[in-house]
This record gives sequence, C-alpha cells and structure tokens, in this order.
Amino acid sequence: MTAETGVYHAAEGAVLSNAWLLIALPALGAAILLLGGRRLDKWGHWLGVLMSWAAFAWGALLFFDLLGRSGEERAFQVHLFEWINAGTFSLDAGLLVDPLSIAFVLLVTFVGSLIHVYSVAYMEHDPDRRRFFAYLNLFVASMLLLVLADSYLLLFVGWEGVGLASYLLIGFWNHNPAYATAAKKAFIVNRVGDIGMALAIMAMFTAFGSVTFADVFAGAEAAGETKLTVIGLLLLVGACGKSAQFPLQSWLGDAMAGPTPVSALIHAATMVTAGVYLVVRSMPVYVGAPDAQLAVVIIGAITLTYGAIVGCAKDDIKKALAASTMSQIGYMMLAAGLGPVGAAFAIFHLLTHGFFKAGMFLGAGSVMHGMNDSVNMRTFGRLSGVMKVTWATFLLGWLAILGVPPFSGFWSKDKIIETAFVGDGWRPWVFGLAALLGAAVTAFYMSRLFFMTFHGKDKRWADDAHPHESPALMTIPMVILALGSAFLGLALGVTNALAHWLEPVLGHEEHHEPVLPIPVLMGATLVLVALGVLLAWRMYWNESVPQTAPRGSLLTRAARRDLFQDDVNEGLFMRPGQYLTRTLVFVDNRGVDGAVGGLAALIGGLGGRLRRVQTGLVRSYAASMLAGVVILLGGVLAVRL
Amino acid sequence: MNQIYWIYLAVLLFSIGAATVLVRRNAIVVFMGVELMLNAANLAFVTFARINGNIEGQVIALFVMLVAAAEVVVGLAIIFTIFRTRRSASVDDANLLKY
Repeated sequence: MTAETGVYHAAEGAVLSNAWLLIALPALGAAILLLGGRRLDKWGHWLGVLMSWAAFAWGALLFFDLLGRSGEERAFQVHLFEWINAGTFSLDAGLLVDPLSIAFVLLVTFVGSLIHVYSVAYMEHDPDRRRFFAYLNLFVASMLLLVLADSYLLLFVGWEGVGLASYLLIGFWNHNPAYATAAKKAFIVNRVGDIGMALAIMAMFTAFGSVTFADVFAGAEAAGETKLTVIGLLLLVGACGKSAQFPLQSWLGDAMAGPTPVSALIHAATMVTAGVYLVVRSMPVYVGAPDAQLAVVIIGAITLTYGAIVGCAKDDIKKALAASTMSQIGYMMLAAGLGPVGAAFAIFHLLTHGFFKAGMFLGAGSVMHGMNDSVNMRTFGRLSGVMKVTWATFLLGWLAILGVPPFSGFWSKDKIIETAFVGDGWRPWVFGLAALLGAAVTAFYMSRLFFMTFHGKDKRWADDAHPHESPALMTIPMVILALGSAFLGLALGVTNALAHWLEPVLGHEEHHEPVLPIPVLMGATLVLVALGVLLAWRMYWNESVPQTAPRGSLLTRAARRDLFQDDVNEGLFMRPGQYLTRTLVFVDNRGVDGAVGGLAALIGGLGGRLRRVQTGLVRSYAASMLAGVVILLGGVLAVRL
Repeated sequence: MNQIYWIYLAVLLFSIGAATVLVRRNAIVVFMGVELMLNAANLAFVTFARINGNIEGQVIALFVMLVAAAEVVVGLAIIFTIFRTRRSASVDDANLLKY
C-alpha cells in the first residue's frame, strides 16, 4: 500500500464539482417518466436514452479531466450536503471521483446507454415501454450512486437502489406469476446479503467511529486483524448476495425472467459486478485481513466451478449465459481476493466481461426476437445463415469469453489464471487449477451454446418460426459491444494501461512469479480451451442435437437443477422456517389465545350462570336481602358474644 | 316499666312486616308491610332515645316519618301505574326486569 491511498483532494473546476449531475440526470429521467404517465408514451423512451447518454458524456468529461492530472492527484471528493448530524456521529453525503469509480462510471453509462438504444427496438411492441425506460434510468442512477459514493452508507443507498431496480425489472412482466416470483426470489436472496452489508457498516462504525472510505481506510492499518477480518467477511456476505456468489447464487438464474436487455445490463454487465467493486474498493480492509481474503478467493473458486458446471447442462440460452456470468464473476472474486495485483485484473476482467457478456446477451435477445421469444436452444440451430450480424457479434463475444488471443477475454482471464498460480503452499495449486479447469469448462459450455444456436447439423426450428435479422437499432449496439469484446482487452492489456490507471487506488504491489512458468500456463490454458471447443464441436456440431433433452448422467441432471441449490435452500431454510412459523402460529392460537380466550370464556360462562339469580321476582330479592341482613347481624353478634 | 319490652314490640312489628312483604302478593299489602317495618324501626329509635336519655333517636324517627311520607307518594304512584297498564297489582306479575 502506498501512503497516498485514501488521501482525497477537494473537487475543483466545474466538471468535477458538478459530478452529481451524473446521478441526477438519469434520476430526473426516471422521475419524469414515472410521474409523466401515459402522455409520455410516444417519446418517453427517447428521453431515457438521452439521459443515459448525457450521463455518459459527463462521465467522459470527468475521465478526461482526471487523465489530465498526474496519478497521485486523481482522487477527488465532491462534497454534496450534510446528510446526517446526530450528536457525535455526523456524515456528509459526498462523491468520490477516482480512477476506480470512473472506470465503473464509463462501463455503466456506456454499456447502459447502448442497451437503452437496443431496448427502444426490443421493447417496441410492449405497451409499458415508458415504464421500462423509467426503471432503466433508475437503475443507472442507483448504480452510479453506488460506485461514486464516498462512504459505505451512501454506497448502501445505491446498493439498495440497484436492488430495487433489479426487482422491478425482473418482475417487469409481473402478470406472469412465475416472473413475479423470480423477482421476489432475487429480492429476498439479496436481503440476506444486505444484512451482511448492514452489519459490516455497523462494525465499521464501532471500530472506526466513521463509515467514510477515507476514515475507514486510514484507520484500517491500526485496527488489528480481528476487526478487519470481521468487517471483511461481512462485506463478503454482502458482495455474495449482490454478485450471485456461492452460497447466495440461487437468484441469478431465475432473474432471467426479466426482459433480455435487463439481463444484459443488470444481470451480466453491471449490477452483479457491484460485489466485486465492493471487495476491490475495500482493498485496504482486506489487505489487513488475510483470512477474509482467503474466504473471498475460496468463494470465487467455488462459484466459478459451480457456474461452469451448471452452464454445461442448461438448454435455456439465457440461463446458460446467466450461469456463465456467475462463473465469470467467480473469476473476478478470486482475483479480487488475491490482493492489489489480482484486484486490478479483477476490474480488467469486469470491464471486458461487461462488454462481451452484454454483447452476447443482446445477441441472445436478438435470437429470441427472431424466434418468437423461444429460449430453448434445442429449437435453434444453424441460425448463422439468417442472422448474420447477430452471428458475427456473438462470434466475437464467444472468442472473447473463450480467451482466444487477441480478443478481450484472453488479456483479462489469462492474467487472472496466472495470478491464481502465484503464492506458496497449497493455495496456488488449488486455486490455479480451479481457474485453469474453469477456463476449459467455460470453453465447452460457451461453444455448446454457440454451436447449438448458430451452427450444427440440422435446423430444429419450430414450424411457426421465421428467423430474421433484428432491426438496426438492435444490431448497432451489438456491433459496438462486439468491437469492444474484440479490442478492449488489446487496448488496455498490451500496455498494462488499466493496472497503471488503478494503481493510485489499489496501491502498488511487486509482481510475483507464478509457481509454473507463464508460457506453460498460457499454453496449458489454450490447449484446454481448444479441447473444450473440440468436445463441444463433436457433440453439438458434428452430431445432430435431439429436440428433447436426453436423460443424461447424474451430474447433468443435477446441473439442470442448478446442483440442487433450490432444494438445499428449501430443505435448510424454507421448510424449517415454515415449520417454525407454523409452530409459533399454533402456540399463539392455542397457547396465548387459548389462555386469554379461555379466561374470557370462563368469566362469561360464570356470568351466564349467575345472572339466572335475577329472576325479576321482587319478593325473592327481598327474601335474600333479609337473609343477608340476618346472616350479617348473626355474624356480628356471634363475634361480639 | 322495663323499656326493653318496647324493643320486643318493635321486633315483633318488624317481623310481622317482613313476613307480610315476603309472603303476600298484593302490592298494596306488601306496601303496608313495608310501612309496618318502618314504624317498627321508628319505635326502636324512640325507645333507644329514651333509654339513652338523648334526642337523636327521636330526631331520626321524625326524619324517617318524613321520608316515609314521600316514599308512600312515589310507591303508590308506581303501584297505580303498574295496575293501570297490566291490570294486576300482584308483585309476582311485575317480573319483566330480569335476566
């Protein structure tokens, strides 16, 4: 860690001090679109597109402003307003403009704006297109707040905002109960992670008395390992929820219920990478807590394997891509857990992944657009002839995720694999091999997806399917993203530009040699990737694919069911929870209500019996009065005598 | 003359009055039983005043007579009204006010 980390300059200049416009513009767009109602239906979507591009333009201005300064002076704090002032605790809302947040801002606004454009055509026939764009704008605003916040509490606001936007967009077609359920599932699983996040913020407040990045990072070195480990693990829980990492991964597959642009933007390129951002941003905390770092790496390794296995068995093109997303974010997590050097590669992979995965999701959307919204790859095949642009863009994305040089994925993923092999003892072997084998499995399932959709022996189209190329509004964003998939890695990787760019944030760490020579690792990766592609070619191109899925091996069947993630959650948490609530309801009904109700019934019954005494016969009252007086007098006399 | 006999007389009168109230059904007769009990009490008051040699008992007796006069007016009016509406002066028939 360099001493300069955590020193933020006050914002200067019109561009920097108005950085809040980045968040305000899309937020304004969302507000106008939501409040404007039906009268905006005609042009509302263009307003959404405009706001998103405006945010990108401002982000680009900020980027060039930072570019004009030297490395150590690239961190600016933009004070917004006094937010909380409660006794000894006070917190100002402010934005942090530094190389890391600007990298995210550019990714979110650029990919986001392209997807806005794509959605104009994709959602053309949806009567609620205006509402869709309102949510998209809301998402962009929340995501920018998340990455620009200068304190964990403000980050948490954006964190919840993207969760809300994700929920609204997964359940966008909420007239379908299954989609509404998927939205709720995503929301609830995210709540579990949010509890970790909230606890982490509370722990920070206890340990440092402040929740701003500057104070937390400044105090991190002196705080001691135990505190940092606790905070690091709690932050990891939060990151797992948002980034669909094991064991909170179950929502991502169902999240594909949302419209495809949403899957591309939120559940592939940006929101699900927020967990990686959180871990990388909190690097000073993790540097002081090796155990928490190890936990991050283990979670990453498990998830990348998990996602890769699930991806091999899915016939739903979007769910296969979702499993792939999960696996790739596992790579990023693994890298982020390896310290400052790995973190730079995590961000690198995050950026390239944002491009090629968003591109492939848009490609999947384009395929669905041409195939009557079918997502079953077993009803595709040989679409390359009729959807040439989609095929070409998908091809570039496919080559990028495979890690074929010189495409983007090669530069980022290969670095992660190399970094995973750095270290001593058992760790480099376990994590390195997991990353290496993950790359082979990735090659297999992505090739399977690509071949089943665009190539193969036969066309398995449904009778009423008339595949056609999508309109230009959809293909142009796909082409731009495909160009990014092809060249972004090259541009940033050859000169190691991104690592230098991020160095002021992450700190500098000496480069260590992996346990195996780099050429050997690179060669092994490429050979394994080639083997994966070859296997997929033999199974899904060279042979005809059955229209109904064969029974498959035990592992295939398990992977189709997402390795029983839902069954485990159901058995471990849902059922016991239901039993607990049922028991409590029983105790409440029979025990508490029984005691209260029973007492009332007793008094009531007694009253019912006793009122029979009131006969209405005056003489009987007189008799009882007389008897009472006689008894009282008798008693008095008996005592006196 | 031993003044305790006046007390015995009062007890006797009270018992007759109480028995009348409990046993008879005609409201007028019951009312007379009540008057008898009141006067038995008055007799006891006056006797005790005499025994103790002060006038508090006599004063109370005067009050009782006064209140009894007022009570007779109200009581007779009630009995009269019940008789007019229900064609009966029996206290057992006026048993609507019950459980």
